Amino acid sequence: MRTICVCLVLYISRSIGSTWLQGVVDLGKGAFKGGIHPPDRKAATAGCPVQWAPVPARLVLPMSQHLGAPCVPTVEKGQHVGRGEVIGSVDALVSAPVHSPVDGEVTAIGPWLTTGGTRVTAVTITPDAEQDLESYVRVQADDARAIVRAAGIVGMGGATFPTMVKLMPSADTPVDTVILNGCECEPFLTCDHRLMLEMPEKVVEGARKITEIVGASRAVICLEDNKPDAVEALRRVAGDGVEVRALPTHYPQGAEKQLIWAILRKEVSHGKLPATTGALVHNVATAAAIADAIDTGRPLMERVVTVTGNVARPGNYRVLLGTLVSDLLEYAGGTVGEVGRVIAGGPMTGPALASLDVPVAKGTSGIVVLPLKDAAPRVEDDQPCIRCGRCSESCPMFLLPYAIGNYAARGDWNGAGRFNPLDCIECGCCSFVCPTNRPLVQLIRLAKAAAMLKGVKP
Amino acid sequence: MSAETTVERRAVVAPPPHITSPATCSGIMLWVVIALAPAALWACVSMGVPAIRMFALSVGSTLATEAVWNVIARKPQTLKDGSALVTGVVLAMSMPPMTPWWIAVAAGFIAIALGKMLFGGLGFNLFNPALVGRAFVLVSWAGVMASAPGRGWFKTLDVAATSGYDAITGATRLAVAAADRAAGGVYGFDLAAQYQPLLWRNLEGSLGEISAALLILGGVVLLAKGIIDWRIPVGYIGTMGLLSWAFGSDPIFNILAGGVLLGAFFMATDYVSSPMTRNGRLAFGVGCGMLNAVGRFYGSMPEATTFAILFMNGLAPLLDRVFKPRVFGWVKRNG
Repeated sequence: MRTICVCLVLYISRSIGSTWLQGVVDLGKGAFKGGIHPPDRKAATAGCPVQWAPVPARLVLPMSQHLGAPCVPTVEKGQHVGRGEVIGSVDALVSAPVHSPVDGEVTAIGPWLTTGGTRVTAVTITPDAEQDLESYVRVQADDARAIVRAAGIVGMGGATFPTMVKLMPSADTPVDTVILNGCECEPFLTCDHRLMLEMPEKVVEGARKITEIVGASRAVICLEDNKPDAVEALRRVAGDGVEVRALPTHYPQGAEKQLIWAILRKEVSHGKLPATTGALVHNVATAAAIADAIDTGRPLMERVVTVTGNVARPGNYRVLLGTLVSDLLEYAGGTVGEVGRVIAGGPMTGPALASLDVPVAKGTSGIVVLPLKDAAPRVEDDQPCIRCGRCSESCPMFLLPYAIGNYAARGDWNGAGRFNPLDCIECGCCSFVCPTNRPLVQLIRLAKAAAMLKGVKP
Repeated sequence: MSAETTVERRAVVAPPPHITSPATCSGIMLWVVIALAPAALWACVSMGVPAIRMFALSVGSTLATEAVWNVIARKPQTLKDGSALVTGVVLAMSMPPMTPWWIAVAAGFIAIALGKMLFGGLGFNLFNPALVGRAFVLVSWAGVMASAPGRGWFKTLDVAATSGYDAITGATRLAVAAADRAAGGVYGFDLAAQYQPLLWRNLEGSLGEISAALLILGGVVLLAKGIIDWRIPVGYIGTMGLLSWAFGSDPIFNILAGGVLLGAFFMATDYVSSPMTRNGRLAFGVGCGMLNAVGRFYGSMPEATTFAILFMNGLAPLLDRVFKPRVFGWVKRNG
């Protein structure tokens, strides 16, 4: 029956050449083994056009919104800064400068809580009463890589790795295929969806620029097939050398290694960089930021954030970096109903916030006010493993999470280490499917830390 | 700042993932019971009071044993995870309906106490609890359990025979087939003629042998719900059929008769006592089928299914070690 259906769809799509149906046919090519299908909950915001969130009363800009060396403030308290002016930087390769998103006065410099739960040095800016968001201090640099660096661009899907570093492939691992990640496989989030739908030309332009910088031969923009409108919008403007691929909706399709597998059918070897497969993966929002920076000298000062869940006005907001989550939620009409958790990013991998007075940073793709009824049970409420094997069936890395978890729960780090905890990508599938609510990802993280302490190389 | 105050009072900080699948342990166990229900109810309808009595004794015994054990051991009550209920139902279905009441109660007690709780409760037992209980009473009261036809069984089998005999009488179709085979086929027992009664209504043997069709239905439900992995039943039943054919018997008869279907769909697939790796599960199923076939054709006891699965339970941890899957990225290519 299923075979007949597939054949029928294939036949119809070939005969009428429909883009949408072609996307359906593409399904078969993209799958990876393992993974889950969580409820996607995207309907609440998928139809919400991106709109500006207001300039708040104060902005708090952490000096570490990226992976790598934290920046050092280059401004002093009381100093007036312009929109786009650098307020923090450091002379290290793996780092990204921070810019002021507004014209305003530096009113404080000191430690501040971030979405990740750490305290880092942050610059607090009180914006002037009059703001012109159309003008900004342009980034000055000689070549494209330097502009990306100076614009402070980092991976905006949440990894926040400084983008410029990824644009410097080493000579022995040339990049052949640039993959733009627009899968947005996390439930609730629609910021990348709206970006691709509303500004497809900017995303495609970013793909072209990255392809040019690294000398790749082609670019593939990947989406999950639950965004057919964005697929169509991108295909309309894609043109030569940029392919748009609709992949099956399947978590974690947007994980780097699973995405490379879906497109190139190559596995990123254990301990090796993804570039060894000839692929370079960037988030679509990062690509758009690269296009902006190179074409108009615009530094990274704002980003699209999906505010959704139990809020009065869910939507996609263009938010100035440094806006406090409490201000953003207030603008979205405040919370409604019973709140389980407030999450920065998606519910599968994003951290739950300990305080709402934390700033939106470069990697904050969403603020999800998770309804209490949807929240997972407390991790203390777990029961013993019943060995059902759902975790290993769902693991996209083919690990045996129950084995790592059972050893880690007993503190047997040698035992846990035999099951490759360092290969875990922390996608959360195992914890999600576990019928006895074992905190598998957390146990694997412990096993990872123990393995690192022992000096095992990841 | 109404948003801030209301949220901060209620929201919880916890590590991701923050959402979970609706699957729960008790939900899974409930589906196993639902899958067993058609065959169990049909047994009650067909056999009447003896079948109902067996279910009540067996389930009552397993539930009571677990409850009392938890009270004595001062552990939180675990009845609501549903595993004792499944053990009780499966155990009842593996017993002859006329089994003396005290044997049924003893089997339930041993299943839970020795088979599960002594190991540390659900999740820690090496062997399938129901089969531990069954094996215990089979071996301990072999005389009673395998007594002459008419004592333990609901009714004995009388089928018209050919070649000089008027009728064959035996405990079960399987026993008659074995006797016929041992006698070189002189009874002319027609295996193909047994398909229909075995599929739909078979009053000889254990409660679970009532209807192969309803057991298959239950197995398909569990497969469709994603509760059991196809590798175990397919490996088991496939090997059983193949070896029956290789041993010169009728494969379909050998799959339908006896405990193969109950064992393949509901006993060997027990999560705790079967392997967790994909290939390990296939090997486990094949091993069960091999031991079951060898036991049936060359063993001295008719309880091949019980001991085949119990033996493979013991091997399950080793199978998991042997068939540890290759981790994504552990390949030689791509540099």
